Amino acid sequence: MRAFAELLDRLSLTSSRNAKLTLVRDYLRETPDPDRGWALAALTGDLSFDAAKPAFIRKAVEARMDPQLFWWSYDYVGDLAETVALVWPRRPGANREPELSEVVEALRTASRAEVQRLIEGWLDAMEEPRERWALLKLMTGGLRVGMTARLAKRAAAEMGGVEPAEIEELWHALHPPYEDLFAWLEGRSEKPSAEHPGRFRPAMLAQAIDEAVDFAKLDPADYAAEWKWDGIRVQLVNEGGVRRLYTRTGDDISHTFPDLVDALFEEGVLDGELLVLRDGPNGNQVASFADLQQRLNRKTVDAKLMAKFPAGVRAYDILAEGREDTRTLPFAERRKRLEAFVARQASPRIDLSALQPFDTWGELAALRADPPAGDPQVAEGIMLKRWDSLYEAGRPKGPWFKWKRDPFLIDAVLMYAQRGHGKRSSFYSDYTFGVWTEGEGGGRVLTPVGKAYFGFTDEELKQIDKFVRDNTVERFGPVRSVRAEPHAGLVFEVAFEGLQRSGRHKSGVAMRFPRISRLRWDKPPGEADELITLERMLEQMEGR
Amino acid sequence: MIKPQALLCPKPEGLYCAPGDFYIDPVRPVARAVITHGHADHARAGHGAVLATEATLDIMAERYGTAFAEARQAAAYGEAVDRDAVQVTLVPAGHVLGSAQVVVRWKGLTMVVSGDYKRRRDPTCAAFEPVPCEVFISEATFGLPVFRHPEDKGEIARLLRSVAQFPERAHLVGAYALGKAQRIIRLLREAGWARPIYVHGALERLNALYERHGVALGPLAPATSKTKTDFAGEIIIAPPSTLQDRWSRRFPDPVAAFASGWMQVRARARQRGVELPLIISDHADWDELTGTVDELRPGELWITHGREEALARWADLHGVPARALALVGYEEEDDD
Repeated sequence: MRAFAELLDRLSLTSSRNAKLTLVRDYLRETPDPDRGWALAALTGDLSFDAAKPAFIRKAVEARMDPQLFWWSYDYVGDLAETVALVWPRRPGANREPELSEVVEALRTASRAEVQRLIEGWLDAMEEPRERWALLKLMTGGLRVGMTARLAKRAAAEMGGVEPAEIEELWHALHPPYEDLFAWLEGRSEKPSAEHPGRFRPAMLAQAIDEAVDFAKLDPADYAAEWKWDGIRVQLVNEGGVRRLYTRTGDDISHTFPDLVDALFEEGVLDGELLVLRDGPNGNQVASFADLQQRLNRKTVDAKLMAKFPAGVRAYDILAEGREDTRTLPFAERRKRLEAFVARQASPRIDLSALQPFDTWGELAALRADPPAGDPQVAEGIMLKRWDSLYEAGRPKGPWFKWKRDPFLIDAVLMYAQRGHGKRSSFYSDYTFGVWTEGEGGGRVLTPVGKAYFGFTDEELKQIDKFVRDNTVERFGPVRSVRAEPHAGLVFEVAFEGLQRSGRHKSGVAMRFPRISRLRWDKPPGEADELITLERMLEQMEGR
Repeated sequence: MIKPQALLCPKPEGLYCAPGDFYIDPVRPVARAVITHGHADHARAGHGAVLATEATLDIMAERYGTAFAEARQAAAYGEAVDRDAVQVTLVPAGHVLGSAQVVVRWKGLTMVVSGDYKRRRDPTCAAFEPVPCEVFISEATFGLPVFRHPEDKGEIARLLRSVAQFPERAHLVGAYALGKAQRIIRLLREAGWARPIYVHGALERLNALYERHGVALGPLAPATSKTKTDFAGEIIIAPPSTLQDRWSRRFPDPVAAFASGWMQVRARARQRGVELPLIISDHADWDELTGTVDELRPGELWITHGREEALARWADLHGVPARALALVGYEEEDDD
């Protein structure tokens, strides 16, 4: 338990992805089975206990110490689990410290009454607050140490020197504590079988095209083109009686979309875009991303919500048909199979991402710059897929390209800067920027419209950092407000993918994916854009 | 029976001894001062006469120049010195080099002012000696039950493990320049770290002073002595304020470590951008504070500074009448 506690402690304070990978990889390498398997399950979110509830912990600690001293402690620390971990009175020699596997196995099988007694016994036996903290985190679920399931699996792949996609594909056939997985990763046994009906298949991803270099080398006749839809990439599965909807990272989101998982009546696996699709004059019509957000990250979903925001999948690939793996067929062949398959389902919840015929790159460029009326207007750009490409996991270079629309641009004024994390902790690297609007008194004032923390080079970061330090007006903890007046301040050219109305932002608009595209040292802040410009852009986006 | 208040009482300048006419750790210039230890908030320049240990006087001279007071008198640990009718004895406090408790005896009454103290082993200074007394006047910097410092060896082992795990990065350890820095260096040596340890310029003179007082620190080098990439795998010790400062950019992707009792609380570590908190403190933690009161069982407990209310409550619950003096001017934040 001590090693696991140390791992959680370090992960919770480490922001660098690479450092997290190293920490988890080393832990998996040095920790024996079955502890490491349970730890991996905890990190990937595949471990949950329902018998343990945190409320009793407070009672248990108050039975052990003066409630007034506990209250002062809690007031100082601010987090219940952490406070309890710190103040729990030591009972030297109470018991042996438990191993992680003992804790997990007991929590999985014990009744609620037993669990309380067990946890109190473990807390008594643990010597360090770190361990008690880890136990309480584990018990209440949701480690919240900044680790994604994908990153944890990648660490396991690094430990064994295999491709992350291999583990992703196996994942749904594996069960904690994953002894078969580690045996394979350590070269002690064969790879476990992925033949597990309803499993997730690792997605094939596209490279961003470099217009200046790539087009000269590519033959338009080798590629199919289709719109790049602005939703969520998903995999829709009906196999061996198992129906699933997965995100592109393999998270199972079936329970949020009961209206979709039943849409396939034939067995097969589709790759496509999750969108809100409403009836339009010419079939399905794509709703805004904001509508889709109404359906995401929900624990439960009711009929009313499903009727208001009907979800659908716009299919663009087929990974299995019946029990046949189609990923080894070329795209042209898969496409034919896909078209026939989708037509046979005859479901309003599934439609086809249409191909866009073209002869020259110039023709395609014109199409991208000026999409025809209807759904293409809200597409993010264009996808290019080689007719002969096989479906490969990961992001191979060459077979698939994405060619995004040009972003929207505005000039905004830097208003606040905040220190970054990890490598950037000595830099002011997170910026809040604003545009001009009419203030209450009638004059022009800046109103914040977004936040960005990338898009600039390391050299530019140094320059902005210096500017922030030299032009600080006020400091609030890690945040500085920066001089921003018509004739003194820093203008950013900000690129973003779209705008949404937002009640949470004072300006009433929220940007999607904003980043700093250029530093406009040359431009006086007074000449930066006005809020009305953004409002017009928004009206235009909504109008089409 | 003499009232303790007749011997020592709090004044705006600090704790005042009327029958001996001196202040203990005064925060403003006074005619006669007894100084417990060299940290800047306890040892200030500009007093008339100063009584302290040799090491503390040395530290003050290093910090403020030799003219820091008009007259100074060194007392060895355990040596009784008369101040008018009062007998003053300095006894080790285990806080930093030269740190002392002040034992004040007058007409059969013994009062002990702990100064800042800790009860754990520290290879850079003499260990705390408990002195039976009628009134114990304690600090309470970490006077909340949340502060339970782990073994320093374990914390140093965590640092060395991280160095092994991230050989491409430098490890930048924030440590207070007087006491903490030298203790970390000694603990690293004891753990077998024989490589040069790189130190910030602000630490150099105090390191040399510790060496003069017989605390061997091993090979040290200035943190400016190498090019950036050569610091990979090395340990650098610097004042805590440098962790998020531009100064840290001279090192390759530094792991920010901070050796302090405050690191016990995660939000504190997060606020300061600390990636590797090392819970190493030169102050008594909750168990040491309460354990010391329990061991001495004084007739009264007075508390000078820190989180007085919690320690006072604990003492009351355990049958020791306590009062908070609420002395101001002693910093509790951040650096330790």
